[in-house]
This record gives sequence, C-alpha cells and structure tokens, in this order.
Amino acid sequence: MGRYLLRRVLQAIPVIFFSTFIVFMVIHLIPGDAATVLAGPNATPEALAAIRKEMGLDQPLLVQYVVWLGHLLQGDLGNSTLSGQPILKLLEARAPATIELTVAAMTISMLIALPLGILSATHVRGRIEWLISTIQSLWLAIPNFWAGILAIIIFSLVLRWLPPGGRVADSTDIGGTIKSLILPATTLALYLAAGLSRFIKFNLLEVFFDDYVRTARAKGLSNTAVVYGHALRNAMLPVITILGVQFASLLGGTVIIESVFSWPGVGGLMLDGISNRDYGVVQAGLLLLVILFIIINLLVDLAYALVDPRIRFGDT
Amino acid sequence: MVPAAPLVRKSPNPLNAAFVRTYRNPLGFFGLLILGLLVIGALAAPLISPYNPVAQHQGKELLGPSGEFWLGTDELGRDLLSRVIYGARPSLVVALMVVVIGGGLGIVAGLAAGYLGGWVNALLMRIFDAMFAFPPILLGFVIIAALGPGTTQVAYAIALAVVPSLGRVARSLVLKERYRDYVLAARCTGAGTGRVMFLHVLPNAVSPMIVNLALLMGFSVLAEASLAFLGLGTQPPTPSWGAMLNESRAYLRNDPWMAICPGVVLALLLLGLNYLADALREAFDPRRVNAGF
Repeated sequence: MGRYLLRRVLQAIPVIFFSTFIVFMVIHLIPGDAATVLAGPNATPEALAAIRKEMGLDQPLLVQYVVWLGHLLQGDLGNSTLSGQPILKLLEARAPATIELTVAAMTISMLIALPLGILSATHVRGRIEWLISTIQSLWLAIPNFWAGILAIIIFSLVLRWLPPGGRVADSTDIGGTIKSLILPATTLALYLAAGLSRFIKFNLLEVFFDDYVRTARAKGLSNTAVVYGHALRNAMLPVITILGVQFASLLGGTVIIESVFSWPGVGGLMLDGISNRDYGVVQAGLLLLVILFIIINLLVDLAYALVDPRIRFGDT
Repeated sequence: MVPAAPLVRKSPNPLNAAFVRTYRNPLGFFGLLILGLLVIGALAAPLISPYNPVAQHQGKELLGPSGEFWLGTDELGRDLLSRVIYGARPSLVVALMVVVIGGGLGIVAGLAAGYLGGWVNALLMRIFDAMFAFPPILLGFVIIAALGPGTTQVAYAIALAVVPSLGRVARSLVLKERYRDYVLAARCTGAGTGRVMFLHVLPNAVSPMIVNLALLMGFSVLAEASLAFLGLGTQPPTPSWGAMLNESRAYLRNDPWMAICPGVVLALLLLGLNYLADALREAFDPRRVNAGF
C-alpha cells in the first residue's frame, strides 16, 4: 500500500506542473495584457512599454512562465492588477468558503444518492423505482441556478426559515454557520445526487446477477445481508471513480451557486477578475480549482485502492 | 415461367427504423414536440410576440400577469412574454452552433485519432487528457475571458470545451470499425485514406453518436443559460433566459414572477432534450432496453 501511495502521489506532480503550464498559456493568449489595463485607455505607447518592461511582460512567454512558476513555488502569486493586493491573500480569504461548500455538497449528495440508489435497485421495475427515476429526470432538467432562485423564494422569502445568501463563518455561531450553508450546499448536492443515484442503481443491478451474489442468496442469507454485505461493496468501486469525475462538474457548479447565494468564494473572485480583466486573479483562481480537482482525484484513486486489494497488489 | 426471386433482399434502413422508434416513443415524441415548438416560436418570434422585446413601457414596470401583458413586465417595463419568446433564440442558436462546430471537430478529431493512430493518436489523446483536467464550465470561462462576453463567443467556448469528450467517444467507435472487412475491401479497391475515413468508416462509426449529439444540445442550452446568468453570455438588452433570470434576482421579494417564466421554459427545453436523448438511446440500442435497464 505504501509503495502504491507513493507512486500515485509522484504521478500527480507532473500533472500539476503541466496544468500550471496550460493555465499560464491560456491566460496569456488573451489579447490585452495587464499593462494595458494598468495604463488605462489613453496611455502613450512609450508609457505602455515602460510598464511592460517593469512587469517583465516584454520577455518571451516561456521566460515569463519560468519566472511565474518560480514565484509560485515560493508562494508568491503576484498582485492583483485592480486592487494591488497580493493574490495569495485574496485566495486565502476566499478558498475556505469554496472548499467548505464543495465538501458539504459532496457529503450531502452521497447521503442522498446512496439510499435512493439502493432503493431503486432493490425495487427495480416497481413503483418506488418509477417514482425515483421520474423525480430524477425532472430534477436533472432544472438548471442549478434556477433551483437556487426557487429555493431562495420558497425557504427564505416565503417560509423565512433560512437566510437568502451570504456566509456566516463564526466559530461561536455554529447554528448560523450551518443555516447559511444549507441552501447553497443542498442545491449544489441535489444535482450531483440525481446522477450519482442512477449510477449506483445500475452498478448494483449489474452485480445482482453475479455468481457470488447468487451464492450468498443460496446460503440463505437475508436480503439485507446480501445487498449490504456482498453486492454494495463491489458496486461501490465504479461509484468512487465517478465521484472524482463528478467533482469537475461540482467545481463548475460552485461558481454558479456562489453567485446565486452571494457566497464569498473563489468563483466570485474569478468572475470579478474576468470582468475587470484582472487576469492574475483569474489565473490563480483557475489554478487553485484545477489543483483541487487533481488532489480530489488522487484521493479517489487512493480510496479505490483501499477498497479493492486487486489494485494495490495487482501491478506493483 | 416464374421470374427468379431476387438474390438480395432489400433490408430496411436501420437508421430510419431507429428514428421511427424514437418518434413512436412517448418520451421521444414529447422531446421532439418541445424542441419543435420552441424552434418554430424562435423563428416566428416577430410574428407571434405581442410587443417588441426591448421596448420599455414607462409607468408599467414590474406588473403581474394581465390582459395587456400576459406574463407581466420586468423592471424596465418590458413585456415578459415577448422576452421569453425571443429568449429562445440564443439558447437554440448556441445549441446548433455547438453541435455543428464542437460535434464536427470532436468527430473529426476522434476519426483521425482512431483511424490514423500513431503520433496523431498520441498527440490528440494527450491534448484531450490535459483539457480533461479543466471542468468544462471553467474552460468556457477562460475562453470567454479571451473572446469577451457575447452569444457567439459562448458558442465557441462551449464548442471547444466539449471536443475532448466527443473526440474520445468517436475514437472508440472508430476503433471498433477500422479492422472490419468492409474497410479492408474498400482499401483493396484502391480507395485513399481520406476516402476510406470519411466515406466508409465515418458513416458506420458515428451513427450511435446521435445520442451524444442530443445530450450535447442539452448541455449547450444549460451552459449558455449558465454563462448568460453569470453575465458572460448574451448581453443586455437582447433577451436570453439565463440573463433574464439574473435580472430577476433583485426583485425576488416583490416580483417572484419574473424568475418563474424564463426558468419554466428553460427547464421544459432541457427536459425535452433529455427525454429525446433517452428515446434515441433506446431506439439505437434495443438490446439494452430489453435487458431491463
């Protein structure tokens, strides 16, 4: 296990480096650099050139990348062109909110998807399965930002149960923190849960016809023991993988949900960056989300190995 | 003398049969109906909308539904029904552009990777791998940051973002076909690589991809609305459902109606496209349906 873990972590490092390269190149393909933004629309070409020289923007792109990467490795992401503040500070202020939201959403979606998936698999072709799959396909057709708006109308404005937006991050006010998290996290989670529970159902149905499940039934085990003790464990393997893939759409959804609920996360920072042409911020935010994605997928692979001994011992 | 029975019996075109199955499936019919109605509505918008979608009726702001304005008005006194009708245009235009550009590029890339193999395959696969590290909507963000906000820019952004996933599917389908006898036969008759790729392999390999294209339409409609909602897509005053929902957020307390109408049509279109994709999948792969999944 130790060797597998080490190898997998080592494999992730070049991927992260490669993603820094892509992020850097994509952002620098954008016409109009930071100097044009700083200098304003009426700047003379000489003034522009002077600012470019000062910021190192007159260097070849590869040199700029190496310099940027060097600073990055020392924890220096540069300053925001707009506010002049260090980008690292801005990210530090925003990242916890985004991580809190995505982790909460992922947890809630598993808590919803698992029982629904098991229920529809064990009641396949019954009324319960029909009801669950109808609700799922209706739900998948509702864009998450509209669902968020409807949730605000119902739960905040009509019923007045939960706040319509904003984040409470006060360690003395746990109740308020949880209350502010419920609507955004659940909206984000339900979309994920609809797809996940379907996937769990299909995987369970596939293993239900396997020999070892028949053997377990033949031994006279109860239905519960067969489903939870035998079938579920094997059916969960692909589910763990898909969870990692789904995290990508979760990150995309986070940006939207953050905007709906005024959640002060990295998404809003990036949106502001795009509209103010503050590309250093966009670059840093994108990099943070991509690295988060790579790390989650690394954790998924490790979890996979933990559950399935064949991977650990198979090809070392 | 009885004429000899023809040696080759004409078999029904499987593609046509699959389309008939789609049409006869209630869900597929529902999907086609919604899509058809919205396409007609978008095309005939100038004829059927009661008002100009950007005309501001002063003194009639934020009204509820009435005989004069069937769905009410927005904060600038614009007729919501007309805006909802015109709002179908960006959604459908983007969906069409993404299917043509993104679908086309993805299929050609997958065809090249699968049929040519070698370094073409290696290069394309590495590029796709790298693009997979970016959630599609974030990739869309960056492309829009480069191109600036707007409807066509959104279409290009989404089209580029979906190329890797479509390319992979196309490649796997091409790989299944490339060693078949008919490909060998075509090559034996002296057909060039391009001819074999596009005239022989392509039509046989990609027909199952019609399901992916239907799903792609749904994805593009959703992505267009999401980006417009974030202010990166269709720019005001041109109506689009996503942007209308964004505008409605300031008036949720007193005028929730503004948030309901565009959302309902958007959800209906997405539901229709999802159902259409389901029906197409069943029609193209009856084996799976019969197995009970």
